[in-house]
Amino acid sequence: MHVPVEGFMYPNEIELQWSVLIVLYPFITGLVAGAFILASLERVFNVQAVKPTYRLALLTALAFLIVAPMPLQLHLGRPERSFEMYLTPHRTSAMAMFGFVYLWYLLGVLVVEIWLEYRRDIVELAQSSAGPKKWLYRALTLGSYNVSERALKIDDKVGWIITVIGIPSAFLLHGYVGFIFGSIKANPWWSTPLMPVVFLFSAMVSGISVVMLLYMLTCRLRKRPINMPCVDTIAMYLFYTFLIDFTLEMVDLIHRIYEADESFRSLDFMVHSKLYFSQIMLQIGFGTIVPLVLLAITQLVNLPEAIRKFAYSIAGVLTLIGIFAMRWNVVIGGQLFSKSFLGYTTYKMGFVTKEGLLPAIVLSILPFVILWVLVKVLPPWYEEARLAQAAHGD
Amino acid sequence: MKDFKDAGHLFRLAAVFAAVFLIFLLVRAALVPKGFGKYGHFRAEAIAEAMDKPLNYAGHKACEDCHSDIVEVKSKGKHKGVNCESCHGPQEKHVEDPGSVVPAKLETTSLCPRCHTANAAKPKNFPQVIPEDHSGGVPCDTCHKPHTPVIEAEAAEVKK
Amino acid sequence: MSMTRRHFLLLTAVAAAAWDSIIAGTPEAASTYNMTDHWYGMLMNIEKCIGCGSCVRACQLENKVPDGYFRTWVERYHIEDWTVENPTVDSPDGGKNGFVELKETGGKNFFVPKLCNHCADSPCTQVCPVGATFHTPDGVVLVDGKYCLGCRYCIQACPYGCRFLNPATNTAEKCSLCYHRITKGLTTACCENCPTGARQLVDFKNPNDPIHEFLKTHSVQVLKPYMATKAKVYYYGLDGSVR
Repeated sequence: MHVPVEGFMYPNEIELQWSVLIVLYPFITGLVAGAFILASLERVFNVQAVKPTYRLALLTALAFLIVAPMPLQLHLGRPERSFEMYLTPHRTSAMAMFGFVYLWYLLGVLVVEIWLEYRRDIVELAQSSAGPKKWLYRALTLGSYNVSERALKIDDKVGWIITVIGIPSAFLLHGYVGFIFGSIKANPWWSTPLMPVVFLFSAMVSGISVVMLLYMLTCRLRKRPINMPCVDTIAMYLFYTFLIDFTLEMVDLIHRIYEADESFRSLDFMVHSKLYFSQIMLQIGFGTIVPLVLLAITQLVNLPEAIRKFAYSIAGVLTLIGIFAMRWNVVIGGQLFSKSFLGYTTYKMGFVTKEGLLPAIVLSILPFVILWVLVKVLPPWYEEARLAQAAHGD
Repeated sequence: MKDFKDAGHLFRLAAVFAAVFLIFLLVRAALVPKGFGKYGHFRAEAIAEAMDKPLNYAGHKACEDCHSDIVEVKSKGKHKGVNCESCHGPQEKHVEDPGSVVPAKLETTSLCPRCHTANAAKPKNFPQVIPEDHSGGVPCDTCHKPHTPVIEAEAAEVKK
Repeated sequence: MSMTRRHFLLLTAVAAAAWDSIIAGTPEAASTYNMTDHWYGMLMNIEKCIGCGSCVRACQLENKVPDGYFRTWVERYHIEDWTVENPTVDSPDGGKNGFVELKETGGKNFFVPKLCNHCADSPCTQVCPVGATFHTPDGVVLVDGKYCLGCRYCIQACPYGCRFLNPATNTAEKCSLCYHRITKGLTTACCENCPTGARQLVDFKNPNDPIHEFLKTHSVQVLKPYMATKAKVYYYGLDGSVR
C-alpha cells in the first residue's frame, strides 16, 4: 500500500502504529468515567434532580467499560499474549497499569456499586421470576436474601463509600489514559502535563452527554414523559464542565502558540492542513463552540420545553462528535508528523480489516447492545415503579 | 458478631473476590516464564536466544585465515580497510563449507559505482567519478585491480 | 472469619511459590562471554560516510529485516546556506541503494547513518508494559520477539524512529546491535561492511578500545541530546541541522 508522504519522515515512521481503534479506546473509557461521575453527583453530592438517571448512568458506565478493552485487544499485534500484562506488569510502564486500573474500576467499584444498588431488586426478582431467569437472579444474590431495613442501610452506607472511592478511581481511569499520551517525551503533540487533565474533563463532558441522550431516548422508547428538571440539571452540569474543558484546551493551545518551541512550525502546519477539518471544524467549531452556545442559550433564556429538549439533543450529539474528533486529533494527529519535524504522512483507514472502520463501528454499537441486555436484566426503573406503586397504595 | 448479622452478603461478596484473586495468583504462578526477572524485568532466556541467531556474514577474520595471499595484496592498497564481505557479500556458508559453496564472481561495472559514483554529499577527498563519463561502460577491473585499485603505472607517475 | 484467615494463609503460600519461580531463573547458556565485562555503543564519523548503503543492505541480510523497514538507515542532508533549521532531507528506501545526485548540489551536503542508539535511559524499555524489551547487562537494548504483545507503545516512545512492527511476526523490532555477533567477538554486520570505517562498534568497558583516545581529542555529539536518553551512539562531525 503506497502511503503519500510530504517532506521527510524517518523511514520507519511512514506507517501509522495506532489506528482508529486506539481513537475509540479513550473515547469509550471517557464515556465510562463521565457517566460514573454523573452518577456520583446524586450519590455523594446529593443532587436529587439527577436521581432518575442514577441507575442508567451506572449501567451505561458498565456497558462501555466492558467494551473498553476490546479495541485494545483487537489492535495488538499478538492478541493472544495480552494476559502477559497481568503476569509481568512493568512498573515503569503507564500502559501496564491499565490492566490493574481497569480491573479495579470494573470489579472493585462499578460491579460492587451496581450490585449493592440492585440487591433489593435482585432478591425480589429471584423470588418472583421463573425459569433460567430465576437461576440468574439467584446466582446474583450470592445466596443471601437479607433485604432487611438494616441490611439495606448497610448497603447504602457501603455504596456511598464505594462511590467516594469511585470518583478518584474514575479520575484515575481516565487521567491515566491521558498520561499514556502526555508522558511520551518523544512526541511534542502529546507531551504535556495538561493531557491527563484535558482527557479527564473531556471524559466528563462526553459521559454526561451520553447519559443525557440515553435518558431522553429511553423515556421516549418507554413512552414516559421526560423529567425536565432532571435534564435541565444535567444540561447545566454539561455546560459548566464543557466550559472548563474548553478553557483547558485553549490554555494548552495558547501556550503552544506562545511558546512556539522547535516543534511548533511543524505542528501548526499540520493543524492548518491535515487536521484542519477534524480539529478546527469538527472539534473546535461544531463539536465545542456550537454546543456551548446552544447550552448557554438554554441557561440564559427561558425557552419552552420542546425547544429545550431539541437544543439538548443537538448539543449532546455535537458534543459526542466533538469529543470523538478530539480523541482522533490526539491519537492520529500525533502520528501524522515526523519526529524530525520535517514531514508528514497520511493515515489510510481500512474498512474490513482487523483495525479498520468496520470493527470500529461494531465496537461503537456493541456497548448499546450490552446496555440493552443490562437494562433487561437490571431494569433501572424498577425502583421508580415500586415507588409509584407504594404511592398508589397510600 | 451481632453487628455483622446483616452484613453477611458483603462477606459472601468478599469471599467471591478472594476466590477470584486466589485463582489469579495460581494462574500467574503457573504462567510466568521461567527465568523472568533474573537480570531485570524480562525473560532471561531472551538474551541467550538473541545470542543464538545465525550468522550470515562471517567477518573478515574468518576470510583472512585462508586467504592470507589476498590480505597481503590488499594491505598495500587503498582498499586495505574495506572488509571482504563488503564487496563479496555474506560468506558464512562458504566458511562453513568452502568446498561446495563458492562465492560468485563479482561484476565490477555495477559493484564499484555503489561507492565511487560522484555525489555532492560524499566527503570531498573520497575518490568519486561519474561512471558513464569515466569508463563509458567498460568494466572497472579492466584497468583497476579491485584489491589494489590505484593503477600501478599512474602511481609510479605520481611518485616521480 | 476463619475462612478469610485460611484464604489469607493460602494466598501467602501461593505468592511465595510465585516469587520462587521468578527468582530461580534458568541456567546460563554455557559460554566464555561475560556480559558484565562490556558496555557497547557505536561511533559514527560523518566525515567518512559516503552514503553507499552497504550498512543497510548488510543489516537486512544479516537480520532478515523485511523490505520497507529499517534497523539502520542513512539520511542525506542538504542545507542551502545559513538556514540550519530548514534542511532538505531524504532517505530513499533507507539509503539501501545509495543516493541519486540532487538537482541542487550547492550549499552543504552530507550523509548521516542512523540506528538504535541503545540508550542507557531508553524511553522504549520504560514504556513496555510486559518487559518484552530490555537492557542487557552489556548495554544493548533488545526486543524479546517471543514475549512482545505488539502494542507498539515502544515505537511511539522512541524519539529517533528506530522501531517498527515486523509485519511477519506482528511484534516490535529494531537494531539488536547484532547481539549474536558481538557476543562472539565479531563486529556488527553494518560495521563489518562499512567500506570507509564511518561506523565503529565500541566497547566502553574495554580499556584498549580506541574510542577512549578518540573521545579525548574529538568533539562528539549524540542525536537529540535534549531527550536525555543517554544515547550510546556518538557522532563525530555532526551538523546542528541533524534531527
